Parts: sequence; C-alpha cells; structure tokens
Amino acid sequence: MKRSAPYLFLTPAIVLFTLFLAVPIGYTVYLAMRRTKVSGLGLGKGARREVFVGFDNFAAALSDAELWNGWLRVLGYGALVLVVMLGLALLFALLLDSARVRLAKFSRIAIFLPYAVPGVAATLMWGFLYLPSLSPIKDVLEVNFLGATAVTYSMANVAVWGGVGFNMLVLYTALRAIPRDLYEAARLDGASEVQIALRVKIPILTPAIILTTVFSIIATVQVFTEPSTLRPLTNTISSTWSPLMKVYRDAFVTGDLYSAAATSIVIAAISLVLSFGFLRVVRNRAFGEG
Amino acid sequence: MAATTVAASHRRARVATRRPLGLVPTAVLLVGAIYCLFPVFWVMIAATKSPGELFSTATLAFGTGFADNVAQLFAYRDGVFWLWALNTLIYAGGGALLSTAVSAISGYALAKYRFPGRNVIFNVLIGGILVPSVVLAIPQYLLFAKIGLADTYWAVLLPQILHPYSIYLARIYAAAAIPDSLLEAGRIDGAGDWTLMSRVAMPLMVPGMVTIFLFQFVAIWNNFLLPFIMLGDDNKFPLTVGLFTLLQAGSNQPSLYNLILTGAFLSIVPLIALFLTMQRYWRTDLSSGAVK
Repeated sequence: MKRSAPYLFLTPAIVLFTLFLAVPIGYTVYLAMRRTKVSGLGLGKGARREVFVGFDNFAAALSDAELWNGWLRVLGYGALVLVVMLGLALLFALLLDSARVRLAKFSRIAIFLPYAVPGVAATLMWGFLYLPSLSPIKDVLEVNFLGATAVTYSMANVAVWGGVGFNMLVLYTALRAIPRDLYEAARLDGASEVQIALRVKIPILTPAIILTTVFSIIATVQVFTEPSTLRPLTNTISSTWSPLMKVYRDAFVTGDLYSAAATSIVIAAISLVLSFGFLRVVRNRAFGEG
Repeated sequence: MAATTVAASHRRARVATRRPLGLVPTAVLLVGAIYCLFPVFWVMIAATKSPGELFSTATLAFGTGFADNVAQLFAYRDGVFWLWALNTLIYAGGGALLSTAVSAISGYALAKYRFPGRNVIFNVLIGGILVPSVVLAIPQYLLFAKIGLADTYWAVLLPQILHPYSIYLARIYAAAAIPDSLLEAGRIDGAGDWTLMSRVAMPLMVPGMVTIFLFQFVAIWNNFLLPFIMLGDDNKFPLTVGLFTLLQAGSNQPSLYNLILTGAFLSIVPLIALFLTMQRYWRTDLSSGAVK
C-alpha cells in the first residue's frame, strides 16, 4: 500500500476545512482587531484608512448596553428552551423505552416530525397560530402570545417544538443500546420502572445527555432564525433582540464589519465557555472529582 | 436484525403480561405527538382556505380555496416560488451528495489506515463541530465577495460540504462495517488503494452514507443564516429565505396571508415525505455497522 493514500483521501476534507473554517476564523480575528480611521473630513485619497486597534472592538462589544440586553434576553430564553426541550426529550425517550407503551411507533415518528420542518417554516406556522386574528388557541387561553412578556415564551415554544424530537431520538438510540439484562436484574431486586429509569437508565445515558446539552447550548446562544422570522408579526422584537441579530445588523445594515467580527467572536467565546463550564460541572457531579 | 426485534418483542410481551399496561406513559407520549403534529395539521387546513374563509370559518375546518391558493402562489412574481423550490433542491441535494462523498472517504481513511498525524487530523476536523456558525458566516461572505462569488450558487453550496459530525459518523461506520480481512485479501490480490476504496470500502458503506446524506440534506434544506447572508438576488433564494421575504412583504397585508401559509405548507411537504419514506435510515448512531 502506498503511504500517501490516506493523505490523498483526506485532502478534500483538509482543503475544505482550511478554506471554509480556518481561513474565515483567522479573517474574523483579523477584522475584529481593526477599524476604519477617518482623517480630516474623510474626503480624498487616503483619508479613510484601516488601522490596527488591538482589543478596542472587544472592549466596545463588552461594554455595549444593547448587546448586554440581548444577552439577558437570550439567557432567559435559552434557559427555558434547554430545560423544557431536553427535559421533554428525556421524558419521551424514557417512556418510549419502557415496555408498557401503546402506539409507541406513532408517537416516536410524530414527535420527530418537526425535525423535518425548517426553522423559518416552523416559526411562520407558530407565528400565525399566535396571531390574535387567526389563533385557535386564543379562543381557549386569553393571552396575547406576541405581547412584550409572552413573546419570549412563545419563541421558546417554537424552539422546543422544533428540537425535542431530534434530541429524543439521540437519547432513545442511546437507551436502546443498553443491554436489557441490566433491567431484568434490577427488576428481580424489586426496583420499579421509575426507579430503573432514575437509577439505571439516566446514569448510563449521561454521555448522551451531555452531548445533546452541549449542542443545544451552542445552537441556542446563536439564536437568529426564530426572532428574525417572528419580527414582522409583532413590534415586541427589536432588530437587536439576540446578539447574533446585532452582528447581522452591524455587518450588513450599518456596515460596521469590525464590530460585527468582534461581537461574533464574543458570542463564540461565550458559547464555548458555557459548553465547557457545563462539562466541568457535570464531570464534578458525576464522578466526584474536585 | 429481525431476530433481535423478535426476541425483544417476546421479552417485551412477557414483561407486559406481568405488569399492567402503562396508561399514563401512553397518554403522555400521545399528548407529545399531538403537540408536534398540531401546527403541521393546522397549516395544512389553513392552506385550503380562501382569504375570506381564513378569518371567518372555524380554524379547524377545511376551506375551498386550496387550488386557488396554489395557483396564486405559483403566479406570484412570475413563479418565483418554483425557482425557490428548485434552488433548495440543488443546494440540499448537491450539497448533501458532495458532503457525503467527502465524509465517507475521510471516515474510511481515518478508520482503516494507520499513519502519522491521524489523530491530529481527526481531532482538528472534529473540533469544527464546536465552531459556532456565527464566526464563519460574515468572513465567508467577505471572502466570497472578494473572489466575486458572493450571491452565486457556489456561495451557498461550498461552505456546507464539510460537516465534521458526518466525518465522525463515517469513521465509526467504516470501522464497524468494513472488515480488515477483506481489505487484506484485496491487497494480496494486488488491488491498489484506490480500487480498494472505490470497489470494496464504499459499497459496504452505502447504508451509513444514506443516513449521512439524509441528515445533511435536512440540515442544508433547513439552513437560513448562510443563504440569507450570501444571497441578494431572489432568483437564487432557497425556500427558507424566500418564505422569509414573503412574510416580510405580506405581514401587513392579511390578504396575502393565505399565500404565505400555502407557501409554508408546500415547502414542508417534500421533506416530510422524505422523512416518512426513509424511516429506517434516520439513526443517530452508526456503530453497530448495519442499518436496521
């Protein structure tokens, strides 16, 4: 066998990685440290120059009140989505895995179905369901789903609806891989189904739960599609509702690429800190390491 | 695999006779199923209503305007909806095909060869999972703009080919599905690396590749941020961005609501069909090496 073969096979992936991951990341970091400097009236050749400003843009991003408000909104929204979505996904997976459920296949397919619906279409459907003039839910519940306080919950509902099935499938797949004998042993010891779920299944599921949580954190921190799509239907969502919406506005509406680059790095850093922070907490809890 | 299912259901049957059927778990799951089906069902009904019926008839009663709505949607701006559907198919189909090919060949190399740098390459590629798309979208746009490819099909296709998680899945699948002995036998018979890859490894990886293709197809079909940033010309929009602009244009005009709802309904039908017909390939773990 030729020694070069594996490298040749990996070339497409490495080239794509370099072009569409490594170079863009490097370029973002480069942009984030620069700014246009205008001298004089900004007229004439050389009046506008791009200069190196170090960490100024990051400092500006971190002291931007509008961005902080965005973080607070996304924090509330994200906590809600993560807890409800992953809680329901775990509950559904455990129920499907317990032997005593009828119509399990129907339920599994139905709950996974929203995965096939694009975020824009999902938000659009729910958005129209929330509209006071169309909503069938409004007849039952006297709530304005698109009001200032309710809108966060309404948006979280869209994310939960879209994400619960995929996470359920990941957890369910992991559950099916556990040898059944383990449960038989627990049953012989007199454990109830609930006890088996809490004491046997959930501990074994921990790696899968961690994986789904980390992916969900990364996705939630970058929330963009849902608030952007819901915006035309209500006046309670600003153009900078989430940090990523502000990045978009800075980059493509106000044309401040440097701030946008710095803010996007801050978003990435925060999602990594949250993911690794979560991993750390879980590891300490699960394995008792200080 | 069939034997395992039979054994499992026997075991399940035995357990079930020992204990009463769980009504509460069944009910909870059904409530979950109804919650997930309800909006899809509602948008299907809404798509059948004429603009007048949308606001006057009972929300869950079918209307009479479906054909009109579809005709009106297809006539909207000279049939731009058709273009959006076609574009989506090109992006999702082409992107997923290329992505699957790259992932499969990379996964095979990583699983079946020992070479210096293997772990470094794997870890760096997989590290890409953790990079939030937000740090990539703007520089990708700027770089594409520099080489004059922003607002082209390439700008949406190319960045979505590399998918670290698919490489990870392909590696696991290749490790489980391709026996080393088969590769050895091929080498003894004088087959080169390329022949082994294309004639022995890839055919064995097909079931895993179908799963990778499906996940990537859905991911690209559902993607909004990248095409939204890259494209300005609405003849190149995929359905997600098209629907978004339709909503922006029509949110203040209730007379356009039926158009938007019909568009939303039609744009989810193909994916739901694909999803229901390919049930057995929707798996999140490929380590067993065989698709059930």
